[in-house]
Formats: sequence, structure tokens, C-alpha cells
Amino acid sequence: MNVLVFLVPIALFMGLLGLGAFIWSLKSGQYDDLEGEALRILDEEGDEKPLKD
Amino acid sequence: MSCCGIRGEETGDVVGSAALWARALPDGCHELTLSVPGIHCAACISTIEKGLREIPQLREARVNFTLRQVRVRWCDDGFDPDVVLHKLADLGYEARPFDPEAAGFARDDAEGRELLRALAVAGFAAGNIMMLSISVWSGAEGATRDFFHWISAAIAIPAVAYAGRPFFRSAFAALSQARMNMDVPISLAVITAVFMSLYQTATHQQHAYFDAAVSLLFFLLIGRYLDHRMRARARSAVTQLMALHAEGATVLKPDGSRAFLPISELQPGMLVQVAPGERIPVDGMVEEGESDVDMALITGETTPERVAPGADVFAGARNITGPLLVRLKAAGEDTFLAEMIRLMAAAEKSRSAYVRLADRLAGYYAPAVHILAGVTLAGWLFATGFNWPVSLLHAISVLIITCPCALGLAVPAVQVVAAGVLFRSGVMVKDGSALEKLAEVDTVIFDKTGTLTLGQLRLREGAVSAEALAVAAGLAQGSAHPLSRAIVEAAQQRGITPAIVRAVEEVPGHGLKGVWQERNVQLGALDWCGVREEELAAPDVPHLALVVEGSRPVLFSFSDTLRPDARETIALLKQQGLRVEMLSGDREGPVRATAREAGIEHYQARCTPQQKLAYVEELARSGAKVLMVGDGINDAPALAAGHVSMAPSTASDIGRTAAQLVFLSESLQPVWLSHQVAMRARRLMLQNFALALIYNVVAVPVAMLGFATPLFAAIAMSGSSIVVVGNALRLNFVERRLLKRFGRASAPRKAAAAPATMHEREAA
Repeated sequence: MNVLVFLVPIALFMGLLGLGAFIWSLKSGQYDDLEGEALRILDEEGDEKPLKD
Repeated sequence: MSCCGIRGEETGDVVGSAALWARALPDGCHELTLSVPGIHCAACISTIEKGLREIPQLREARVNFTLRQVRVRWCDDGFDPDVVLHKLADLGYEARPFDPEAAGFARDDAEGRELLRALAVAGFAAGNIMMLSISVWSGAEGATRDFFHWISAAIAIPAVAYAGRPFFRSAFAALSQARMNMDVPISLAVITAVFMSLYQTATHQQHAYFDAAVSLLFFLLIGRYLDHRMRARARSAVTQLMALHAEGATVLKPDGSRAFLPISELQPGMLVQVAPGERIPVDGMVEEGESDVDMALITGETTPERVAPGADVFAGARNITGPLLVRLKAAGEDTFLAEMIRLMAAAEKSRSAYVRLADRLAGYYAPAVHILAGVTLAGWLFATGFNWPVSLLHAISVLIITCPCALGLAVPAVQVVAAGVLFRSGVMVKDGSALEKLAEVDTVIFDKTGTLTLGQLRLREGAVSAEALAVAAGLAQGSAHPLSRAIVEAAQQRGITPAIVRAVEEVPGHGLKGVWQERNVQLGALDWCGVREEELAAPDVPHLALVVEGSRPVLFSFSDTLRPDARETIALLKQQGLRVEMLSGDREGPVRATAREAGIEHYQARCTPQQKLAYVEELARSGAKVLMVGDGINDAPALAAGHVSMAPSTASDIGRTAAQLVFLSESLQPVWLSHQVAMRARRLMLQNFALALIYNVVAVPVAMLGFATPLFAAIAMSGSSIVVVGNALRLNFVERRLLKRFGRASAPRKAAAAPATMHEREAA
């Protein structure tokens, strides 16, 4: 029983971490161009970063 | 172009255009979104991004492949973004600047993001609460159970408050207008479930429905999000088409310089240059230049009209032979386009509001459920001697069990699948209710030019000698006039090599002249060639005359090309018991010919836009459900008045806006296919409703008698959702079967090949 006092918060914390990661990925525009990202990986010339300063 | 050059034609590049679409960002930089429909392969992404990287001022250049857009950002105020357009043109991509907010992208995107965030929160909460609930179901007791319930409550309450907002908002909106929709029972069930579970937790009892409340939201949000994405994709494809067409005009300023301005910046009295091949952007009067303009989108006439200084021209007409300088009329009320928009608005207002199938059913379903819950409450109160907590528990469990999870999914799931099937066949469904309305249709009205036909003229079969055709083709080779192109094409088809004609000169508005075998030849309008109209056998169809010096004139007559499959499509539509009619603004002769060729018995020629609108409204008043299929500006009011409407992607902007479905292909088959898919979609929706109803017939008595434990609710709810979604997915297989049937119906002509994907089509 006592172990639950640790386990449940740990489980919830890890779940929240996942949720946070997803919302971050959504905010940073990673779902804006789903088809494009699939094709960018085929680009042979290594650096596929967008032009940025 | 010796005879008819217009002012300002030779002055260098057009400047200062794209900057007008740029948006200033808060950090002092500027952003511009370009629509680049030519992006269709993986290599395009790197070609464009690498190419744009060569422009030193650009801070960012990013291709969005899904939306076929390029976004660029720069922070240098002196930078002219036209450089980007020129660079893209050098790379081989046609690009058009456009304002994503005006096109409705930004707002849509916000809605999609909100749904996705709500979905993530609901998914997280559902997963974690379910984990805790399973331990409770497996026998956790006493303090452990209470502990788990409190944790569930701590997760569920904020999650429901956040993820439930789309439903609460819609339910509130419906209730404040004294209407019912599915979101009302959904919201009610979720909220009461949370409150009851909270009470159960506080009083250390066994049954808490936190998992049911949250997973209900999760399932429903999946349906909502898919539905939203499908519609957003269709809408963006349509907006893309619009961005491709004239959004601006080349203006000649009094000092002789030129500038490309967006339509909204144009002022009455300005001079606008229209090159051959371009569309005239706004209504006006020809100031200089002679040419032929194609009025097919405006009047439905296939024969180009000759214009000279002083003639009125209308927005949407295509300039064909010579450059024109047009002085703009006062914008606003008196333009043809403004008149059409006014008619459209009036037609839309008079059309009765359509209540969607799901909302119609909700009108019966929601009260029935609420009455059942009330009966349960009364029954238990009576049976237990007014034990309120227990009676309320059972009444609320009835609400939870009957909460239309399956019903909420029944319609969106089918619609998403149906829209996906149609999207793959090149039909974009812009409006959620379009498929439901399409299934109710009993009359189909087609426009002629550009809808039943391709709007391309073709030489009619007839007694024209090979030599005459060869000479005519020799003359016509260099001309962009549709009649010239038709002659060259006819020569190619009959395997005739064009004769060698020297010194060919195009006289805009009249025709072509040249020298063939030391004799003067001319090809062109009848009066210009000295032929009187009265001598013609069929005076209504477009004609050209060829005069070879010293011999009698040879007449060529033309007709419009029917879309491939038009005949088969119409036959199949009739087979479905639909009444097929045609309304055209063109003259009697071509309309009769097209009607006969397409197999349509009921037709009307020389219809004004007002007459078309009146006819459709008259039919609607007599109870008919009209599917209007049209493309022109003159069809737009009728499209708005139809029960549901369809337009080809080649239609005028206003026509595409008015239509609820837009199809891409050259064949007419999508009209039939959409109707078939819509019929099947409706059948599946009704089946899904029936399945959900059967589920309720079983589950409601269980809940009313008080046996609906949280475990039972969880299993019943997800079980019925899966059944409904699985049933909707069956529609996916329908497309191939339908196409096979179409292939059989048009067996001799192998036109109904497998549909090309969007990519292939755009690449072509």
C-alpha cells in the first residue's frame, strides 16, 4: 500500500512529461507539414535544417 | 504586333507587387506566404529551399509540402520580395503571393490546434484514470480505493474542464437558440458523471465514473479532429486553386511606369494592362487595343467576342488575341460581378436553413433520454422510499450509458471516410452537410459551357477538303485564338501536315492573313472575309471562313467539346431516377446540339443569370431538391440557390465559392460518383444510428435497473464505438466497386480508368 504513495505520483509525473512533450511538439509546428517531413528524410544532402540565423 | 501595340507595353519589369502581401512581424521582420502549386515531389523541397538560400537577405525559407506553400521571412526593410518570385520562376515554379489570414488558413489552424490539444489532454487523462480504474475493478478496497478515486478526480476535473470545451460551447450555443444537438446530451452526461463521481468519492462509495466521462470525451474528440482535418484539407485545396488565379492586375500609371497591384488596391479610372491569355480582373471599358475575349465564364457563350476601343469588358473574361488597355469602371454596385454577388446573397438568404441528420435525430433522442432518466429517478425514489443519493446515482448512470458516444461518432466517422474516398477521386467536399444534402437530390441541372463541355471548340465533321484544312492550319499555327487551335488540332487528328504559309499576320478581332503559293490567303471572321451570315446552314454555331485569292470562300464550323464520359454520366444519373436538365446562356443552336449529344431532353438556351436563378428557385418551391452543377459567374446565383451544388475546378472563383463540392478531373463522372458515395454514406449513417439504438435498447434497461457499474459502462461504450467506426470504414471499399460499375457502363470508351491521385494530377 505504502509503495503506491510513490508509484502513483511517479507514473503521473511521467505521463505529464509525455503530455508536455507532445504539446511542445505541437507548438513548435511539427504537425504543420506531415507529408513534407516524410519526404525531407530522403534528401541526401545531410543538413536539412531550414534556413535560419 | 505592329498595328496594335498599346501604351507602356515595352517598359521593363513590373515592380513592387509581392510586398503588398507581406505581413510585418512584431520583431520588425516581414513574412510572406506564397502559393506554389508546382511542389509535388521530394526533390522540389530541397531545390526551392536551396535556391532561396542564395538570396542573402532571407532569414528563413520553408516549404510546406502538405499545403504547397513557401513561407519566407526577412528583416531588411529595403528588401523587395519580388526577388523571391523571380528566383522561384527561374527554378521553374510559378508562385503567387497570398494572405493566409484572408484565405482562412490561420483561423482554421487555430481550431485544429485547439482540438488536437484537447485530444492530447483527454487521451492523457483517459489513459491514467483507466489504469487506476482497473485496479479498482480488480478489487481494490477501502483506503486504497478512495485514494485512487481522489487521484482520478484530480486528473478528471481539469481534463474535462479543458477538453470538454468544444462540446460545452456548441451545446450552449444550441440551447441559447432553443435548438437541440448531440452536444447537449453529451455535455450533460459528462458534467453529471463528474459531479456524481465526486459525491461517490467523498462518501467513500464504490462506483465512480471518472474514466467513463473522460474516455467519452477522448473518443468524441477523435471524431471531431478527423472531421476537422478532412474539411481543412479540402478547403485549403480550394483556396489554393483560387490563389492561382488573378489576384491582382498590372496597372499603367500616368507617368508611364507599371505596377502589379492586388485587386483590393484598384481604383476606378485606373488603366489596367491585360496581356493575351490573361483574365480581365475587373469590369471596365477598352481604352486601347483590339482583341477577342472569351466570355464563356460570364455568358456561357463559346464563341469569343470581338472587342475594340469603347467596348465594355467584364471581370472573368479571358483576353485571347491582342493586348488590351482597360479603364476601370467605378467599383462596387454597377459591375456585373457585384450584381451576381447581390443575387447570390439574396438566394442564400431565401434558402431555408438545413438541419443536419444528426441534429434532427438529436431532437428526438435527447428528450427521450432525459425522460428515461427522469422515469428512472422517479421509479427508484418510489422503490427505495425516497433515498435520493441512490436514485440519483441510477438516474445519472442512465444518462452516462445513453450518452451518444456511438451516435456522436456515427455521423462524423462516415463523413470522414466518405470525404476521404471522394478526395482520392478528386472531389473536394467543402461543407459537412453537402453529402447529406446530395443524397436527397432528385433533380440535376447542368450548365453547358465549361460544365457539360470543356469549353474547348472543335472543328465539326464536315465537307472541308484536306487542302483547305492544310492551308488553314498553316495560317493558324501561331495563333492562340481558340478557333485557330481547334483547326490545328483537327489537322493533326486527320494526319494533315499544315501547309507552309509565309508572312502570317494576326489582325486582332478579325483573323489571320498570309501568303500561300504566291497567293494571298486569309482566315477569319465571316464579314471580314466577305461572307454574309444569311448564307450559313447553321447560323448559331461559331464559324470561320478561309479565302484563297481567286477562289470561293471555304467555311469551317465549330462546336464545343463534350467532357469525356458526359453521356455515360448522364445516362447513369437518369438510371438512378434523377431528372436531368440543362440551362445555358449560349445560343439555341449549340445548346440543342450539346443536349442531343449528351442525351438531355430538357434544356433551355439564352438564360440570363436571373432566369437560371428563378428557375432553380421555382423548382425548389415546388418541392424538388436540386443539384446544380455549373462553373460560370453567371451560374453563381443558381449555385447558391440549389439544394446542393457542384463546380469543376476550372470554374470562376465566385462559382467555386458558391459550390459545396468542387471536382478536379476533366471527366463528368465525379458528379455521379459523389451522388453514389453520398447515398451510401447516408445508408451507413442510418445503419450506425440503428446499431447505436440497438446498443441502447440493451443497455438502458440494465442501467435503469441499477446494474450499470463503471466497468459495464466502459465496456459497452467502447464496444459500441468500435462497431460504429468499423461499419463506417466499410465505405472505403465502395469506391473501387463503383468505378468498376462505371467502367462497365461506359465499356466501349475506356475513359473511367482508376482515378489518379492528387499528386499525379497536379504533376500533370
